[in-house]
Amino acid sequence: MRSSKSIAVLAVATATAAALAACSGGGGAESADGRTLVNVSLDPGLEQGAIDAFNTRVSQFEAANPTIDLVPREYKWDATTFTTQLAGGTLPDVFTVPFTDGRGLIERKQIADISGQVAELPYAKSFNEKVAQAGSAADGRMWAVPIAAHGQALHYNRTLFTQAGLDPDKPPTTWEEIRSAAKQISERTGQAGYAMMTSGNTGGWIATTMDYAFGGRTEKLDGDNAKSTVDTPEMVKALQTVRAMRWDDNSMGSNFLYEWGTINQDFAAGRIGMYVSGGGNYGSLVAQNAMKADDYGVTALPLSGGANAGVLGGGTLAAVSAKAPDKVKAAAVKWIDFYYLEKLTNQDAAVADAKSTADSGQAVGSPELPVFDKASFDQRLGWIQQYVNVPLKQMAPYTDKMFDQPLVPEPTRSTQQVYALLDPVVQSVLTDRNADVTALLNGAQTQAQALLDKK
Amino acid sequence: MLPAAAPPPAAPARRRTRRSPVSWVRGGGLGTLVFLLPMLVVFGLFSWSPIVQAVVMSFQETNLVTAPTFVGLDNFRAVLDDPLLWTAVKNTLWFAVLALLLGYPVPLLAAVLMSEVRRFKGLYSALAYLPVVIPPVVAVLLWKFFYDASPTGVFNTVLGAVGIGPVPWLQDAGTAMVSLVIEATWAAAGGTIIIYLAALTSVPPELYEAAEIDGASVWGKVWHVTIPQLRGVLLITFILQIVGTAQVFLEPFLFTGGGPANATTTVLLLIYDYAFANSLGGDYGSATALSLMLAAVLAVLSAIYFRLTRSWSTS
Repeated sequence: MRSSKSIAVLAVATATAAALAACSGGGGAESADGRTLVNVSLDPGLEQGAIDAFNTRVSQFEAANPTIDLVPREYKWDATTFTTQLAGGTLPDVFTVPFTDGRGLIERKQIADISGQVAELPYAKSFNEKVAQAGSAADGRMWAVPIAAHGQALHYNRTLFTQAGLDPDKPPTTWEEIRSAAKQISERTGQAGYAMMTSGNTGGWIATTMDYAFGGRTEKLDGDNAKSTVDTPEMVKALQTVRAMRWDDNSMGSNFLYEWGTINQDFAAGRIGMYVSGGGNYGSLVAQNAMKADDYGVTALPLSGGANAGVLGGGTLAAVSAKAPDKVKAAAVKWIDFYYLEKLTNQDAAVADAKSTADSGQAVGSPELPVFDKASFDQRLGWIQQYVNVPLKQMAPYTDKMFDQPLVPEPTRSTQQVYALLDPVVQSVLTDRNADVTALLNGAQTQAQALLDKK
Repeated sequence: MLPAAAPPPAAPARRRTRRSPVSWVRGGGLGTLVFLLPMLVVFGLFSWSPIVQAVVMSFQETNLVTAPTFVGLDNFRAVLDDPLLWTAVKNTLWFAVLALLLGYPVPLLAAVLMSEVRRFKGLYSALAYLPVVIPPVVAVLLWKFFYDASPTGVFNTVLGAVGIGPVPWLQDAGTAMVSLVIEATWAAAGGTIIIYLAALTSVPPELYEAAEIDGASVWGKVWHVTIPQLRGVLLITFILQIVGTAQVFLEPFLFTGGGPANATTTVLLLIYDYAFANSLGGDYGSATALSLMLAAVLAVLSAIYFRLTRSWSTS
């Protein structure tokens, strides 16, 4: 009796200890054979072909760098999970983030300072200046490396254009034309002529895009001080344009709570005539929403605010976890160079990447803006030409003009929070006929200034 | 009923022994402790320690990556100064009122009706319980589809047939919250109905017979027999409902994200937004500060409620 009790006690104690050991998990930055261990990001949900192509790159890298052991981890930036991964310390050592978050992550020291290692890259000084800004601290040192860039564009459904009696090869070139086209689409097809994102900070994002297109800016920097300029005649004009489409023309459909995912869904399903989003959106429309290539059209965002009008830019940065020790940081920057940037600068890497992307059924050749200069951008397009699988002709209204449009980076201070403040403003305009645009913007500006003053 | 201050019946005289650690171990205390240990560890690790950490965090400014700094009561002040807090409190109260008006009587009514039917009782219970079995996220996404505000939306087509609508449902500040409550009631009623049904079976049939002999109508039986007999259960479901509605999160989060124009931003959604809406990792200090305030308010409310209603509780 006594002994069986002791055995039971021992068993429970052992189980508890084992459970605790399992909980404490984690690991050092070194593998068993002393190599530096680096967790790198692999897009989730890829076809086997694409995974094999990724693993080949990993093996090539490890062969060239025998002291580094790469561990692929599934990761894709997602607004709803990134915060928790960042706070919980579960991000891979190398991960990607949108331009929007770059400056904030750097200011708050939530990513590693890799500026020393980046400065040693041969092309460190040849980044496009406006693109480099997204990954740089206020003093100009680069903490995160830009790997892709794009500008905002007007996406439209060619089939709806045709059904509405509009010429899909001649998309709108002014905001007045957008308005009249939206009205025509709405009246003749019953679908939303123009739709707009409004939720999860995207309302602020698109409102800012329109503000830029009308020649406005939402912040004014003066040394360390930032002044919120959300309440300006340009922003009022942007919102009045939307208000007129919603209430005077009734051409914006019936959903006013769109965010990035849901608006893409409805656009691909043929329920939206036009909307504003990132110029390279075609890839995710095809991969995630099964967009029919024939339906798709994209054109340059109309600019109508004189010399100051510009296209809001965006893109992707590669960053390194703030927790990474020096050895891991150095190895991580090598991987960023090898995996993300070689496909922009090296022919073999560019071809191999385009091939595996095309083989896995993903889009190759969606409109992008140069991370470096235009010459190297064009050179790369030449290398990957045979794998391009997107309807280039339907993208010509955008690609013909995109290099001529002035690109303006996103606001740099408290970007997401100010976007968040603008969400309810946009929602009010779209859901309340009597919304007072000036009063709403005035309130948002006061709150935005309070946020900017905190820094 | 015994007066509250009645002296307890005298306990049988028992010698209290103070055992030494050695005799405690000899008596099998260690074994008890070891058997208790897994539960202590699990609760400590996943339940108590997060609570303690949250209390600490409410006095800190932290992004959970860099070292936190203590800021005293700043987080509490920031939360109380946030104009959105009062919008969120108002919205939560509005949700609670609507949920009480709709969500509280509907299950009771359904349970009373179902207990009256003689045939297919099990079928009705199963049907009523079905929504509870559907995963909440799936249910909300389904309803989001039903709530399509265009004239061709599911509900609008149905209502259009009888000349009503189109209703903007989630797309208007005036109707969004009501839409949320309707779905929430549909989703939660099943569980409450089962509780009421179980409680109804415990009502002695003689009481109904007596009422019938006295000439009571159906309504009279419900009012004078059913409800008084169910008061204990009603009390519990009422408190659960209040606590539940104060913590409403899923519906506004998935249906509207708090919109349109903050019309459905509830206290819990605000807490979530403080912490996670900003993809950089937001204000964990304010989020925990508001969580503590909510917990305190709910605790006080429950205490007051139980005190006020002690006299008519069955227990």
